[in-house]
Amino acid sequence: MNAPYRARLNREPSAFRKAAVPIGSVLIGSMTPLLPIVASAPVLPPFGLVVLICWQLLRPGIWPVWAGVPFGMFDDIMSGQPVGSAVLLWSIILIALDLIEQRYIWRNYWQDWFIAALCLIFGLAGGLAINNFLVSDTRLSVLYPQMILAIFTYPLVLRLVARLDHIRLKR
Amino acid sequence: MAPPRNRRPGFSRKAQLQIFTGYLLAFTGAFAGLLLLALSHFDPAAFSAVRSVAAELGAPPARLFTGMRVGVQDGWREVAAYFNAGSKNAELQREVERNRIRLIEARALKQENRELRRLLGLIKQEGRPVATARLINSSASSSRRFATLDVGSRQGVQRGQPVRAQRGLIGRVLETGPNTSRVLLLSDAENVVPVRRARDGIVAFSQGRGDGRVDIKLIDIGINPFKVGDVMVTSGNGGIYPPNVPVAIIEKLTGDGAIGKLLANPAGTDFVIVQEVYEPELVDPEASGLPPANAEAAAPLSAPRKSEPAKKPATRAPASTAAAAAPAPAASAPQAPPAGQVQP
Repeated sequence: MNAPYRARLNREPSAFRKAAVPIGSVLIGSMTPLLPIVASAPVLPPFGLVVLICWQLLRPGIWPVWAGVPFGMFDDIMSGQPVGSAVLLWSIILIALDLIEQRYIWRNYWQDWFIAALCLIFGLAGGLAINNFLVSDTRLSVLYPQMILAIFTYPLVLRLVARLDHIRLKR
Repeated sequence: MAPPRNRRPGFSRKAQLQIFTGYLLAFTGAFAGLLLLALSHFDPAAFSAVRSVAAELGAPPARLFTGMRVGVQDGWREVAAYFNAGSKNAELQREVERNRIRLIEARALKQENRELRRLLGLIKQEGRPVATARLINSSASSSRRFATLDVGSRQGVQRGQPVRAQRGLIGRVLETGPNTSRVLLLSDAENVVPVRRARDGIVAFSQGRGDGRVDIKLIDIGINPFKVGDVMVTSGNGGIYPPNVPVAIIEKLTGDGAIGKLLANPAGTDFVIVQEVYEPELVDPEASGLPPANAEAAAPLSAPRKSEPAKKPATRAPASTAAAAAPAPAASAPQAPPAGQVQP
């Protein structure tokens, strides 16, 4: 009598799934440079960063503030950036998102998109600035297509992350 | 719905400390990022091992996908070739006939060229192919331009070797792993290649712009001699890149040079060739029996260091006259061993 209802009541989502889905999605996002695309200009949006920002805006406090360090390290190894650039930039972005979260609690969709756009522009331009400081000078205009693409990828990735959140919390 | 407020989770000291520690770690992490950047600045190869492990792990699926991509592209090209097949075939037949004659001429010229070079005593160091491979992926989201090649040190690829496609230069090998290697593409801002204009040999160098094009900068600043449509090829100066490999075609003129479009688009190439590092043509008088062009400078070095000063002008005198110089190195070579033997 009890058994069929027991399976449906008072259940908890699997703890492993709860933790692994967001982490895995960011890591997979960071692995996009492994796709067989040989580009002669930066075109691919930084999917790792987009997914990270989406999770942080959708579920504030899902990660501690220092999560940018390990994620950034992984992204640096995968992308061609000098190791340390994403560690620095993603940490700054996560700290900024945390401060925004404290100050502006009531935000709508467009404001979230605006914040994400600012973060993405900062991330891409910061990466370029670090490259320019370390080795060579490339113009910022090289990044415009990538920036536009990244900003318009955000709503799509947000949808995907929301779907992943359903999977994560499925009971 | 209000987002969960877990900033100040009540009066629990432990929870408050946790937040504080989180911030502390975040700022420390950002600082650690700065330190890592400094490390990768002063030692660019510091993380190459980790990077090559990642590249090795990512290579098998990338290889598979590249094969699929190339297959689809080829298939599409074959389908497209069926249109106008008849007229195209006739045209190609005519072209083959024309080219056959030109090929024979070119072969004769090549032979003549080889003879002349041999006469001059220039040993031509053709960049021999080391490996043929595919570019399997690239740093598509970074502002640096790297690509991964699916051969590595196991296939004989070494750091610094030039990589070219059939249509032109691609870049050079930057790091090698066992089965993959990283290629610095021509469009990277750090890649500087000495080039010359194919038509008349005006010297310049090309530097990547990061967007698939290169800046062609003149060495001799003056009136800009470039015209749209000029083809730039490598000059071979300074080694690494062999001469006469097509690099770019000039697209737009600028104040101090031009902007060139790369001739070999890494995205459109199927196979690329890794070549041996080009060493500038060596001067070897033994091979030809002719003196090197700069016999004056070369003679004191090849002569024994402690020969008596009275003999030195005697051996050098014939070398200074260009026509009679032919037997000079050959003559001085037998003289040298006795001079060395007499001294001890």
